Amino acid sequence: MSEPTLRVENLRTHFFTRQGVVKAVEDVSFSIGPGKILGLVGESGSGKSMTGYSIMDLVDPPGRVVAGRILLHGRDLRALAPREMRDIRGNRIAMIFQDPMMTLNPVLRVDTQMVEAIRAHADTSRQAALARAREALARVGIPAPQERLSAYPHQLSGGMRQRVGIAIALLNQPDLIIADEPTTALDVTIQGQILFEMQKLTRESGTALIWITHDLSVIAGLADEICVMYAGRIVEHGSVDQVLDAPLHPYTRGLIDSVPGQSRKGAPLRQIPGMTPSLLELGPGCAFRERCAYADAACQRDPALSVPVPGRQVRCFHPLVQKANA
Amino acid sequence: MLAIIVRRLMQSVLVLYFMSLLVFVGVYAIGNPVDILINPQADQADIARAVAALGLDKPLWQQYLVFLRQALSGDLGKSFAYNIPAIQLILERMPATLELALAATAMAVLLGIPLGLWAGLKPESWQAKLILTGSILGFSLPTFWVGLMLIMVFAVELGWLPASGRGPTTDLLGIPVSFLSWEGIRHLILPAINLALFKLALLIRLTRAGTREALLQDYVKFARAKGLSDARVVLVHVLKNIMVPIVTVIGLEFGSVIAFAIVTESIFAWPGMGKLIIDSINVLDRPVIVAYLLIIVALFILINLAVDITYSLLDPRVRIDETKG
Amino acid sequence: MASAQTPFQRVAADFAQSKLALVGLAMLFVILLVALFAPLISPQNPYDLAQLDVLDSRLPPGSKSGNGLMFWLGSDGQGRDMLSGIFYGLRISLGVGAASTLCAAIIGLALGLCAAHFGRRTDSVIMRVVDIQLSFPSILIALILLALLGQGIGKTILALILAQWAYYARTARSAALIERKKEYIEAALCLALPPSRIVLRHLLPNCLPPLFVIATVQVAAAIALEATLSFLGIGVPITEPSLGLLIKNGFDYMLSGEYWISVFPGIALVLTIVSINLVADQLRDVLNPRLQR
Repeated sequence: MSEPTLRVENLRTHFFTRQGVVKAVEDVSFSIGPGKILGLVGESGSGKSMTGYSIMDLVDPPGRVVAGRILLHGRDLRALAPREMRDIRGNRIAMIFQDPMMTLNPVLRVDTQMVEAIRAHADTSRQAALARAREALARVGIPAPQERLSAYPHQLSGGMRQRVGIAIALLNQPDLIIADEPTTALDVTIQGQILFEMQKLTRESGTALIWITHDLSVIAGLADEICVMYAGRIVEHGSVDQVLDAPLHPYTRGLIDSVPGQSRKGAPLRQIPGMTPSLLELGPGCAFRERCAYADAACQRDPALSVPVPGRQVRCFHPLVQKANA
Repeated sequence: MLAIIVRRLMQSVLVLYFMSLLVFVGVYAIGNPVDILINPQADQADIARAVAALGLDKPLWQQYLVFLRQALSGDLGKSFAYNIPAIQLILERMPATLELALAATAMAVLLGIPLGLWAGLKPESWQAKLILTGSILGFSLPTFWVGLMLIMVFAVELGWLPASGRGPTTDLLGIPVSFLSWEGIRHLILPAINLALFKLALLIRLTRAGTREALLQDYVKFARAKGLSDARVVLVHVLKNIMVPIVTVIGLEFGSVIAFAIVTESIFAWPGMGKLIIDSINVLDRPVIVAYLLIIVALFILINLAVDITYSLLDPRVRIDETKG
Repeated sequence: MASAQTPFQRVAADFAQSKLALVGLAMLFVILLVALFAPLISPQNPYDLAQLDVLDSRLPPGSKSGNGLMFWLGSDGQGRDMLSGIFYGLRISLGVGAASTLCAAIIGLALGLCAAHFGRRTDSVIMRVVDIQLSFPSILIALILLALLGQGIGKTILALILAQWAYYARTARSAALIERKKEYIEAALCLALPPSRIVLRHLLPNCLPPLFVIATVQVAAAIALEATLSFLGIGVPITEPSLGLLIKNGFDYMLSGEYWISVFPGIALVLTIVSINLVADQLRDVLNPRLQR
């Protein structure tokens, strides 16, 4: 297999707070190849967004990436000097955030915010940069891009702002885009459009895409591979078809079952009992055991990632493969 | 935009009118108008004549109309102490006060914003802690006491700078200013520092607080995610966001600077409006007091208006001409 | 999550994070004690003319009076012991500052709540006045009032109250408005609970925390303002000198090197204000929701 665009190995990001250490990302590993889409799925607090920030080196104190390797085309990003990492950000790796109203600076115009993203990485004239910005806006489906450029963020609708965010990510033709719940704040119809366009863009340009979300239904139609995260760890990993058709981890099973479309009409909605544990008081053992129907004494120890079936990984002492095979 | 200005102007006129009413009531109805407007050393015949001339024997509402008419034509009475029209006296002293106020404001802005930025960017550093402590002091210490200390240290003990007075003036566009000569600057330094201190501390704290809050915002993370240099993130993204409240405060505080000039001018014997009002209060030169109050009110209204307009210019979210895209 | 702490304990713990604030608190405590017990601990009663001797005037710190009384901080132009003068002066300064702040807060709270609760006309009128007053610096307002009213402790307190109430009114109104929008108030209104009950039981407690924070800061400002006004000669009368007036009395002697008559009261004033500000600052940071992330 050719060198993957990004390979993350044993990433650990911890927060050193007054009340204790929060292990937001613990022992996360995955890789993604050019033109592929990887879905990173989990509830809030699962560590999925923090994984994205860790890759970009945007973790704010009191958090810090404490261990692991992040290899972009074989180059370890953690070994880079801050200046070199800055060259990569927005250039070779771009990020799309969840709420564009908060991420676009409200007192600066759209063209200012786009042009600076270009000129931070290349010696381009303002005219040339504006032209590229206009092009990028058109590419993400924004009508009358010239007008939008001279507008302020609050003058655009939510869907439009998110497209601007996507356009900014695409400006420097990155090798990898990390999208952190980009459609969560949008209407369903807009969501569909944006999903479609993202898929098209990545296939056309060979950009790898990590799509972070809590919404399984979004991933189902979009991604090639899926990583399910829980309490800072990856609990399941495999191709989208395999994982969604035959999940191995009880949590994944629970997630799939709780999507409303899955139940018969009139039948009570299914949900995973209990609540996500506080990362502050996480003791040893499987973090999911309090809510798991299959938990037993064995689950008091930390489960490691195992490979029950080729091409798939699961972190569980009682993966559902036995049920599937039984 | 124009609508805002017009509306504000109308409100300002209303306020001015209201203030004139207040001053009138204060001087004519509460205070003893004879004492206030007629020189107490005049004899009986003069007093009687003055009373008639000022219409003090007429009913109150008529007196108010006379007062208003006189005020609108610029006549606010004659100073007892100097025997020239009060308005003229005040206008003569205004340039000195304005020079002092502008010098103090410039000092506060040029030092305050950079120091505040630093303290906000690196809150744990010893420099930030020092700046913060300094700002607490500058904020808490009463202006008059600082002035006293400045005089004691720099004028009495060290003898570097003069303890009082304004330096020699030259005319700039017809207005006498003292900062064009070295001797003038020497006299300007201590009072300007004294006056600037409070505002400097305020600006440092404001900028620091604004910076700390701004740095936590998502748009800063996003800017970093685009690979922008730290310098650009701070100087363009953060600064532009915190500028709006800061400029507002600078503008609004300018009026406060002029008010506090009263104290500084008294201590340093700086011949401005502030010293005039204190002297006038002490010798009961009440026409001057009345005139000063009205002029100050008008000045403040103007300042507030200017700040409102600037605010809407600076914050694009406030302008009315948006259309949603 | 974290161990259960009452809000007060949490605030106290956060407060104690700053050594500086703790120092301020200690200083403040001492100052309050001194002011409270001034008559008991002063070596001399500086207002008892029988105890004064003009021959003792302007003696430097450490000298003794004709009666053998030790002038720890020197004596002033009338032969009064500076230390005693400062103790009594602290009383007046703190008293005036605290009294005016308290009254201004109460008046502001009442008016702010009225504006928030009764709305429309009442609100408009009150807020107009508040806005206009707030666009002028308090020193100017106090100056105007004192110029018209004349001198005296009562008048000074009155002027300070009138100069400060607006800030409290505005804050109280904002806090009350926020609380008012909450649904349980709508429910209470539907139940036709008497307005006094709604205001007193529900709106009032919600306004108190922000007012408290402001008041702690404003006390220092009030003390400084009174000192400034007295220094300019338009504040408290000579018979009841605050620290500001003491400083004024010493101003002229300063230029001839007899610094102690001005400087020591000045230091006392500064220590008072700084300690209050240190405490108030930390309190404000600790109670600011926007800085908790």
